[in-house]
Amino acid sequence: MAWPLGGHAGGTVIPPEFDYLRPHSVSDAVTELGRVGEDAKVLAGGQSLLPLLRLRLAYPTALVDLAGVGELRGVRQDGDQLVIGAMTTHHEVLRDPLILRYAPVLAQATATVADPAVRHRGTLGGALAHADPAGDLPAVALALDAAFVIEGPDGRRTVPATEFFSDYLETAIGPGELLVEIRVPALGPEWGTAYEKFNRVAQAWAIVGVAALVRREGDTIAEARIGLTNMGPTPLRASAAEAALAGVSLHNGGIAAAAGLAAEDTEPSADLSAQPDYRQHLARVLTGRALRAAAAAAS
Amino acid sequence: MARIEVTVDGVRYVDEVEPRLLLVHYLRERLGKVGTPIGCDTSNCGACTVHIDGSSAKSCTVLAVQADGTEVTTVEGLVRDGELHPVQQAFHDNHALQCGFCTPGMIMASIDLLNENPEPTDEEIRHGLEGNLCRCTGYQNIVRAVRQAAGGGPAAGRSPAAEGSPAAAEVTA
Ligand SMILES: Cc1cc2nc3c(=O)[nH]c(=O)nc-3n(C[C@H](O)[C@H](O)[C@H](O)COP(=O)(O)OP(=O)(O)OC[C@H]3O[C@@H](n4cnc5c(N)ncnc54)[C@H](O)[C@@H]3O)c2cc1C
Ligand code: FES
Ligand code: FES
Repeated sequence: MAWPLGGHAGGTVIPPEFDYLRPHSVSDAVTELGRVGEDAKVLAGGQSLLPLLRLRLAYPTALVDLAGVGELRGVRQDGDQLVIGAMTTHHEVLRDPLILRYAPVLAQATATVADPAVRHRGTLGGALAHADPAGDLPAVALALDAAFVIEGPDGRRTVPATEFFSDYLETAIGPGELLVEIRVPALGPEWGTAYEKFNRVAQAWAIVGVAALVRREGDTIAEARIGLTNMGPTPLRASAAEAALAGVSLHNGGIAAAAGLAAEDTEPSADLSAQPDYRQHLARVLTGRALRAAAAAAS
Repeated sequence: MARIEVTVDGVRYVDEVEPRLLLVHYLRERLGKVGTPIGCDTSNCGACTVHIDGSSAKSCTVLAVQADGTEVTTVEGLVRDGELHPVQQAFHDNHALQCGFCTPGMIMASIDLLNENPEPTDEEIRHGLEGNLCRCTGYQNIVRAVRQAAGGGPAAGRSPAAEGSPAAAEVTA
């Protein structure tokens, strides 16, 4: 959970003052960010940023709204990759035929994000740039080995997922830069995927979430990738479990044994929802479930 | 200040607003559309739900400047020729409210749900209304109302904005 609950009797708190800029191209957006300087913030769907402004947890001098930048929207195929524009909304991800066919895990996780009204406005790029450890999409991007295309005053660069999520709410996007697109591999039918999220009430953030991708060869797992949500300040790969899965049969307890390793090397936090040892327990249980569902979905 | 042009419940407005003005405050305090209430300050309750270009949005989590160039529908814009919208009628018929505070948002979210999925199961109705909290009813009659509205045909999923607004009056600040 990225922001504290309640505490403001008497209704909606009004955000601090800021300038509002609405560029129509990526290069204009970069120019505006450079002109305003470090205190500018990018506005995508506003579904994380506006709650923060209302609670006065951020004081940007200007918001650079990307809503008018058409080139940041939509999904296309480029060889063996899908290229997803940063401003593609959660709602669009859930219905995009290329994503449903080649990267269904992204839709599986997005379906658990917030509620329909938030999903109409919130964007994939915004969720990844925000990098909330309880957010569902960073762990999926990490498990997919996504590449992040970032543009700034010095041009474009591509950052692998392993370097993108640098710390709590921090990413490789520098001041004056913006996330342009996310590239993920187009997975064939031999891959099955699943996202398992544990929370206690509707519309809540994950206490723990697990994304599993499994490539099957007949009755064995040839390769598995596992991304963990909310098991530390950044999303994590369950590397020990992944290594234990290579070549494992679907039928003799190998999945259960590997799932038992899912919390290795994690240091989850304690909060009102859970203590670290409970989160580690959840990670093991959810990894088992996600792996079994993913293996069943592969052909 | 920023200039916005926005159509709300069929009327076109041209206004100067502070960039930090939330859409819900614009609707309530500038336009007097107090049919859209504010129930929380964390974007969780859904009481403030409206449609922007036919899709549900929490108007407390949208800036008025972000609504520039769009068509906004509030619960006050649902009545057509003196007739309640089918979802309003179904809430009435099924006693789907007690205090009524969640009702405007619940109705706007229900119309959006039926627009996406004209024949939802009870399970799908409950998931589709996940972003709207009700402290009174226990949700049973709300689910019943949505089910009844769905049974009445596709009109239940229609947001007036999606049909194109009537010849709009224009109001300039
Ligand atoms: C009630 C509620 C429940 C929620 N529940 C969940 C949940 O269960 N799981 C979950 O994962 N998320 C949840 N969210 C968050 C949701 O996914 C947001 O949509 C998302 O985190 C932010 O996307 P956005 O487009 O709204 O970004 P914004 O709020 O506009 O921006 C978020 C941050 O990213 C930066 N940013 C955005 N786009 C770019 C870009 N292209 N380049 C550089 N920086 C950028 C902004 O400057 C800001 O710092 C919830 C939100 C709400 C309001
Ligand atoms: S007032 Fe609660 S979500 Fe908008
Ligand atoms: S009827 Fe009172 S909150 Fe829903």
